[in-house]
Amino acid sequence: MQFLLTTSKRVFYAIVLLVAVLVLNFSLMHLAPGDVADTISQSMGGADQELLDQIRADYGLDQPFIVQLGRYIGGVLTLDLGFSFFYNMPVTELILQRLPATLLLVLSAQLLALIVGVLLGVMSARKPNGITSHFVTFLALFGYSAPVFWTGILLLIGFSLKFQIFPVAGMQDVTIEGGFWVHAKDIFMHLMLPMTTLASIFLALYSRLSRATMMEVLGSDYVRTAKAKGLTQRQVVYKHALKNALSPVITLAGLQFSAVISGAVLVETVFSWPGLGTLAFQSIIARDTPTILGILFFSALVVIVGNLLTDMALRLVDPRLRGR
Amino acid sequence: MKHLIKGFAVAALLASTAVAEDAPKKGGTLVTVIGTNVRNLNSAVQSGIATGYPGAQLFASPLRYDEDWTPQPYLAESWDVSDDGLSVTLNLVKNAKFHDGTPLTSKDVAFSVEVIKANHPFKAMFAPVETVETPDDHTAILKLSKPHPALMLAMSGQLMSIIPQHIYGDVPIDQVKTHPRNNENPVGSGPFKLTEYKSGEHIILERFDDFFIEGRPYLDKVVMRIITDPAARAIAYENGEVQMGAFESLPRIINRLKKVDTLTVTPDGYGAIGPLDWLAMNTQKGPLKDVRVRKAIAYAVDKNFIQKALMLGTSSDSRTGIHPDSPFYNGEVEAYDVDLDKANALLDEAGFPMEGDKRFGLTIDFGWPGVKPQVEYVKAALKKVGIDVEVRSSADFPTWAKRMGEMDFDLSWDTVFNWGDPVIGVHRTYDSTNIGKGVWSNTQGYANARVDELMAMAAVENDPAKRTALYKEFQEIIADELPVYHTNTLPYHTVYSNKVGNPPVGIWGTSTPIDMTYLKD
Repeated sequence: MQFLLTTSKRVFYAIVLLVAVLVLNFSLMHLAPGDVADTISQSMGGADQELLDQIRADYGLDQPFIVQLGRYIGGVLTLDLGFSFFYNMPVTELILQRLPATLLLVLSAQLLALIVGVLLGVMSARKPNGITSHFVTFLALFGYSAPVFWTGILLLIGFSLKFQIFPVAGMQDVTIEGGFWVHAKDIFMHLMLPMTTLASIFLALYSRLSRATMMEVLGSDYVRTAKAKGLTQRQVVYKHALKNALSPVITLAGLQFSAVISGAVLVETVFSWPGLGTLAFQSIIARDTPTILGILFFSALVVIVGNLLTDMALRLVDPRLRGR
Repeated sequence: MKHLIKGFAVAALLASTAVAEDAPKKGGTLVTVIGTNVRNLNSAVQSGIATGYPGAQLFASPLRYDEDWTPQPYLAESWDVSDDGLSVTLNLVKNAKFHDGTPLTSKDVAFSVEVIKANHPFKAMFAPVETVETPDDHTAILKLSKPHPALMLAMSGQLMSIIPQHIYGDVPIDQVKTHPRNNENPVGSGPFKLTEYKSGEHIILERFDDFFIEGRPYLDKVVMRIITDPAARAIAYENGEVQMGAFESLPRIINRLKKVDTLTVTPDGYGAIGPLDWLAMNTQKGPLKDVRVRKAIAYAVDKNFIQKALMLGTSSDSRTGIHPDSPFYNGEVEAYDVDLDKANALLDEAGFPMEGDKRFGLTIDFGWPGVKPQVEYVKAALKKVGIDVEVRSSADFPTWAKRMGEMDFDLSWDTVFNWGDPVIGVHRTYDSTNIGKGVWSNTQGYANARVDELMAMAAVENDPAKRTALYKEFQEIIADELPVYHTNTLPYHTVYSNKVGNPPVGIWGTSTPIDMTYLKD
């Protein structure tokens, strides 16, 4: 009961926050000079004033700001995210088309970063001054400080050009034919480089954090007790210590979820991954307000769901939280 | 004089284009790439290079052009311009069908002209067309209010896509630009029909078996992948994942791809599109009102440096507002080779003496990050003659477009396309009745009665020789009065694998049907 109440409170705050975000962004977009009619004319190689006025009238851009805002918020409250001026398509449809690709990329990258990060962290915590530990520290700092587009292009040059193992761009090869498994393998091959690139930034965070908490946990009394019981090192580390060391890592992973989504913008652009990130980038360039706001709306939803899932995961590893 | 051009059916065309090459092979899938997302597949209502490529495959136009700027039959097997130049008769091929099996008739031509007039941004193309008469199913007569030689180019490439009335006629004429079937299940009469369009991902086309030219197209399938990152595109060309792409404009990438054995990289194929880079000068503001100041700027800015050091030799010299590949181009005008003494003398003469190391200040704008080096170079070059230039960047294209449209600038870097006939894409920059009407209008505020007169005469002159003479004088005046300083062509290049036979490198580049393109073994 308590859990439900907390959750519904959170959902309520999230909705308030979401509307505030939409109003703020809508206003910000309006402060900038020029609008989507200009980018439409750019994509057409120029247009005269008459046509620009006509485009603005067609999309209601000639209305006063308050009217446009009211219409938009009214639409969102009835779950209508509007019509994308630039893509000539309902925004909801456009986003739903792109969402699966982004979810696939973001979730797999997050999972990869988490698993590999924690493993590396634990390994280096066991011998804090060993070679492995230094190597992990180096790798983590490198991944964290290298710009993600640079990492991406470097991986492309390495694994698509020098060694032609992985495809360059996109999510699937439309020329291949075959059953489900052929396509699944194709998508997996396309996923490898963008997933690794995106994971490389977060790997650092997870490995550093799990290393630190692991070292702390390994020094605590109950670990000494476990050792005294005569358990093997492996059992101590993975059965007793790891569970306790995990909870800050999971908290961080939840908090980082929004960062992963924003990281996806760059990664998707480099790899032409057909997800929300490329769409966001292109709609910002095109000043396509309904699409940008729609993406914000959806990513906020994804983050909220991600945070709820994190909560549940924490309850899973830490029984003390279950009563709350 | 009667301009009767007999259409030599299709055999002649085939023979002329496939000489020396081995016989085109049939079948296969050509994987190509486009660098931007496509907003609208219906090229009758949306212009631009992104739409041009799929648009010209889906929709056919009355004419097509060969590499020598000579019109060739396409949907029109022959055509005839009347003596007074006021009516243009198109005799359509009898066997043209739309992708849904409906025959294409002159009614569709009349409908398409109406749709283009109401929706397409290039109003100059069909403005003089008053009505289209349809005496029978295969004859369309365009009735003009005045002679209009620009119509020829406007009837080719992507500019006059014939769309079916029975599909697009169910909404008011001016609403066709938002017709749901522009992107979903569009119907045209071109060599390929749409299989799948996934926004941001790819466009897949397949051979239209009932295409009106027997035996064409050669390819079974054309895939257009959308890869927006130029570096990723370059790698895809290099490892063979894509076999053809156009509009590559980054000098470093062009030069790198030129070194790859399996690829051909060519600047051919952009004559009619005519992309030009230039330094725009607001002739209504401050010191720039004085033509001597504008000339001094031209002498101080070394366009050789721009072409060689910034564009790395990938772009060519352009001295007037007409693209150097156009038959109307007149390169025999002042070249403004760098000459700082002359620049200083002109500035002194104009009444702006050097005080300390400065004469006066100006601002320079740019609309997209790709041209920042040019802008920074102009700043450095003009400092040498005492003009202190402040670079104003814009957050994005609309911000810049608004500044340009309202003539709120001193200098700006700009890129403008010719779009076929000078009437369509060149006049707009110099016409005194088009001052300050949005981006890519006459944003320089330039007005010269003789220039207006020359453009008006050239617009209605059906005799090619006389027309060329008019544009020759026009270009001389422009080069002398410098509302814009023309520096170079935009280095667009087409990249294709050596496996591709007959790539589209004619005057319209990929904005033409690729029914003659094939894959070698």
